[in-house]
Amino acid sequence: MENDTVYSAISKYNQDKTRLMDILIEIQDNENYISDDAVRIISEKLELSIVDVEQTISFYHFLSKKSLGKYTIYLNNSVISNMNGRQIVAETFENEVGCKFGKVTEDGTIGLFDTACIGMSDQEPAALINGNVFIHLTPFRVKEIVRDIRAGKDVKNMHTSYLGGGQNKSEYLKSVVRNNIMRMGPVLSDDYNPGTIIKKKLVQLAPEQVIEEIKTSNIRGRGGAGFPTGFKWEFCRKAKGDKKYILCNADEGEPGTFKDRVILTERPKLLFEGMVIAGYSIGATEGILYLRYEYKYLKNYLENILEETRGKNLLGKDIGGIKGFNFDIRIQLGAGAYVCGEESALIESVEGKRGEPRDRPPFPVEKGYNDCPTVVNNVETLCSVVKIMLNGGEWYSSLGTHESTGTKVLSISGDCRYPGIYEVEWGLTISDILDMVGATGVQAIQVGGPSGSLIGPEEFERKLCYSDLVTGGSFIIFNYNRDLLKNVVLNFTDFFIEESCGSCVPCRAMTPLLKQKLEKILSGNGVANDLEDILKWGKLMKTNRCGLGHTAANPILTSLKNFRYLYEEKLERGKEYETGFNLEQAVSESCEATTRVPNF
Amino acid sequence: MADIINFTIDGKECMAEKGIFILQAAKENDIYIPSLCNYEGVKPQGSCRICSIKTNGQFVTACTTPVADGMEIENNTDEINDMRKSIIELLFVEGNHFCPACEMSGDCELQALAYRFQMMVPRFIYQFPLREIDARHPKILKDQNRCIRCKRCIRTIKDEKGRSVFAFYGRGKNIEVNVDPVLGSKLTDKLAAKAIEVCPVGSILPREKGFRTPIGQRKFDHEPIGSEYKH
Amino acid sequence: MSKPVIATATLAGCFGCHMSLLDIDEKILDLIELVEFNKSPIDDIKNFTKKCDIGLIEGGCCNSENVHVLKDFRNNCKILISFGECAIMGGLPAFRNPIPIKECLEEAYLNGPSVKGHNESGILPNDDEIPMMLDKVYPCHEIVKIDYFLPGCPPSAELIWNALTALISGKEMNLPYEVIKFD
Ligand SMILES: Cc1cc2nc3c(=O)[nH]c(=O)nc-3n(C[C@H](O)[C@H](O)[C@H](O)COP(=O)(O)O)c2cc1C
Ligand code: SF4
Ligand code: SF4
Ligand code: SF4
Ligand code: FES
Ligand code: FES
Repeated sequence: MENDTVYSAISKYNQDKTRLMDILIEIQDNENYISDDAVRIISEKLELSIVDVEQTISFYHFLSKKSLGKYTIYLNNSVISNMNGRQIVAETFENEVGCKFGKVTEDGTIGLFDTACIGMSDQEPAALINGNVFIHLTPFRVKEIVRDIRAGKDVKNMHTSYLGGGQNKSEYLKSVVRNNIMRMGPVLSDDYNPGTIIKKKLVQLAPEQVIEEIKTSNIRGRGGAGFPTGFKWEFCRKAKGDKKYILCNADEGEPGTFKDRVILTERPKLLFEGMVIAGYSIGATEGILYLRYEYKYLKNYLENILEETRGKNLLGKDIGGIKGFNFDIRIQLGAGAYVCGEESALIESVEGKRGEPRDRPPFPVEKGYNDCPTVVNNVETLCSVVKIMLNGGEWYSSLGTHESTGTKVLSISGDCRYPGIYEVEWGLTISDILDMVGATGVQAIQVGGPSGSLIGPEEFERKLCYSDLVTGGSFIIFNYNRDLLKNVVLNFTDFFIEESCGSCVPCRAMTPLLKQKLEKILSGNGVANDLEDILKWGKLMKTNRCGLGHTAANPILTSLKNFRYLYEEKLERGKEYETGFNLEQAVSESCEATTRVPNF
Repeated sequence: MADIINFTIDGKECMAEKGIFILQAAKENDIYIPSLCNYEGVKPQGSCRICSIKTNGQFVTACTTPVADGMEIENNTDEINDMRKSIIELLFVEGNHFCPACEMSGDCELQALAYRFQMMVPRFIYQFPLREIDARHPKILKDQNRCIRCKRCIRTIKDEKGRSVFAFYGRGKNIEVNVDPVLGSKLTDKLAAKAIEVCPVGSILPREKGFRTPIGQRKFDHEPIGSEYKH
Repeated sequence: MSKPVIATATLAGCFGCHMSLLDIDEKILDLIELVEFNKSPIDDIKNFTKKCDIGLIEGGCCNSENVHVLKDFRNNCKILISFGECAIMGGLPAFRNPIPIKECLEEAYLNGPSVKGHNESGILPNDDEIPMMLDKVYPCHEIVKIDYFLPGCPPSAELIWNALTALISGKEMNLPYEVIKFD
């Protein structure tokens, strides 16, 4: 019974307010919605008000107070999904299922929904069905899937053809997802015996010495912001607090990024060891892996590995024989919110709340999770740390360029012959990268995802490094057949409108207005002034609180900077002022309602 | 003795106690930095962004950023004032502000800021979103059309167990501030009055009372908001 | 030198702004000395007989006729002014804007308490002679270029006087704090 699910979820998490996310996810996954009753019971048991519980529910894309169907299908609507034939796939879904996107069939069996990038850009169109990933969708495959659903098959057993490579086909995963590892470097290479650093090195080193080694390597955070990892750890180590935490950011929400998914699949032990090293260095006893809901299919697999690791005394008490070094890791699922990748929003989310970024200062290293000093690091950063400890900071800093040391794992997708992940040293030019992945006739590249910039051929000699082109690792390549403004910039802008947490005025209100401007231009009603407005209005975004708001206008602003001709082509020439008002359009609704033929 | 530090605002030498927020520090030096979501005595949470100032070439919010020794702050510049005016205009077009029919007109902080910044018309297109009026509660009316999502009520109004009476619902442009169905109906007179008082606009109103102050005697009829400051 | 020519119109407004214009009391005599009125409800001239210097628009646009008049004003006036909240932001008529026009019409002609059961044929007015309703009430500047905005509901007589005399004499507008109000 439904209420049983609610009560058992609540007691499973000890009526703990800070585990509200887990409780809600558990109910959602079992009942495919969270009822009024459930909300009431949770609010009573957790001593929260009803609006407080609903505040969390309504924030996250994958939580819902309305039923989403016994089989909930989320089809990715990212640019890349569209480029790979999403439309025909979506139409087939609608025809076969018998309802539109955004709706549930009348019998409550199947719900069809859109979702932002699910981290499968090298194997789109892809969908999540009850948390399971389906890739390379075609009309044929869609028909097959819907037939299986109608036959009542368990989603897990609907993979007819093949399982993905590497660990994807392992016992606990059994997933069709492909790794597409195209190039390995020190992070991805499979030449390490997990636990070596803990057992051989940590035993001999003081935490400060570990931090020194990391500083020597000069590694900077791989999650996008590029903060020097050694310094971050040092700040946290020195911050006052009884308890400290290390959080691993596996939210990977930037459209076009999927490298963390592959690392989580193939190198989880490396990651967990990196968390242990970080925990040891800052003096933490608990680590939390924040896993985006889209990667829920990895959760059991990862938990199993954590258990195995505990068995080897690489987690738990007196780790690796180091007396008094206790550290364990738990996994926290997200529930669908790009902004939760922002470190302070991530912390709010781990505390069970809506993922609204915090004001800074204070920074997480002083006051983070549960107000304790906290380090948040990206998956790739933490894996690199192990290799730094293995081969030395000097060795690491000899890779890449002088100020951008080491390697970067790139997620490359779009119009190229070999989409997938590539680990390269910093310092390559964009042309090198295009040659590497087999891309020719390139019109534009979205570097760093929608929050980065759209660049054209004049910039292909730029270098990948912190002093030139910085990136969290996503490259989306567009050839000359792509309509950049209509199909790329508009889609990315919609993404930010959907993902803004809504707190800051410019972030929530300006982005939709900039989109309206773009639409006006696309509809042929733009004038030169509109471009000036965009530039002026766009500056306001710098007043927002977090990185999302700072970059939400970037798709429009960077395309206007680098592809101004695309905008100018569409302007009305010689006109100074144009509101874009269209009388025919404005009367059509009322004429239809009154069954009247418009006459002008 | 607390540490006293020196800083400047638009070139003017100022002093303040170390660690207090820039907004407060400016106030103590009789300098006005416009603010809206901030409410004295309540933990700030910069959401309106109107108090943004520039230091080191970057925008930061004065209500949440502690003042530091040697800080050079830009406040009353054309660029910053136009930024503030834009934010006010955004608030007018993103909601439904029919001032002529609003009980709060004349006493409203958003409107007062619009007057101060001489907003004759917003530069943005009116959005006219569909928003509701929640009239289920015995002591207050919650008009979503006028809510600027400043979180003042969310941050201030808690019941005896510390539970929120107001909370956000949703995210992005559709975010709303909802009243708890249970706690809202049990609101004490004192808390209801407090909620009405903290709301800077006409989104939380007393029931069955309205337009009590005649035109000409309202808060912002004669003097702009911030007139109590010298600078 | 000939006197500046002024035209005025009420679109989706309540005539309140025009009343306020008349509210400048005895100064109306000065105004008549200073300017000549053309198309306007004040003198009942129905069509433009010449190009005008200043057009004053009260009210936003709620139907095709309003749009037509507004465009006519734009074509015939050098300077166009939105005066009053309705012209500037739709005003009270724009209360309907968040609601789809179909629902508004049905409420007004089929389901509203005063009509329910009385409109047996269930017809919504659709004669070719009546103007077509727009999907929402548009602020004037979202349809044509507007040069100046005089807020208020209605704008105070003082504001209108100050603005008009400044425009006519080519001096800068001097608008004290008290005269700019949205109510
Ligand atoms: C809107 C937004 C989304 C972000 N998403 C991610 C993410 O998915 N993964 C990530 O590691 N960092 C993300 N970041 C950066 C984090 O805030 C933070 O800088 C990072 O996790 C720190 O780890 P690092 O120093 O190892 O890079 C995001 C930042 C913003 C503003
Ligand atoms: S910038 Fe946007 S996402 Fe970030 S805190 Fe502000 S509203 Fe939220
Ligand atoms: S809340 Fe303020 S700005 Fe909004 S309608 Fe009322 S008086 Fe005007
Ligand atoms: S109801 Fe009032 S106090 Fe509460 S968020 Fe809205 S505007 Fe602010
Ligand atoms: S007053 Fe500082 S952000 Fe609103
Ligand atoms: S008609 Fe003058 S303000 Fe509405």
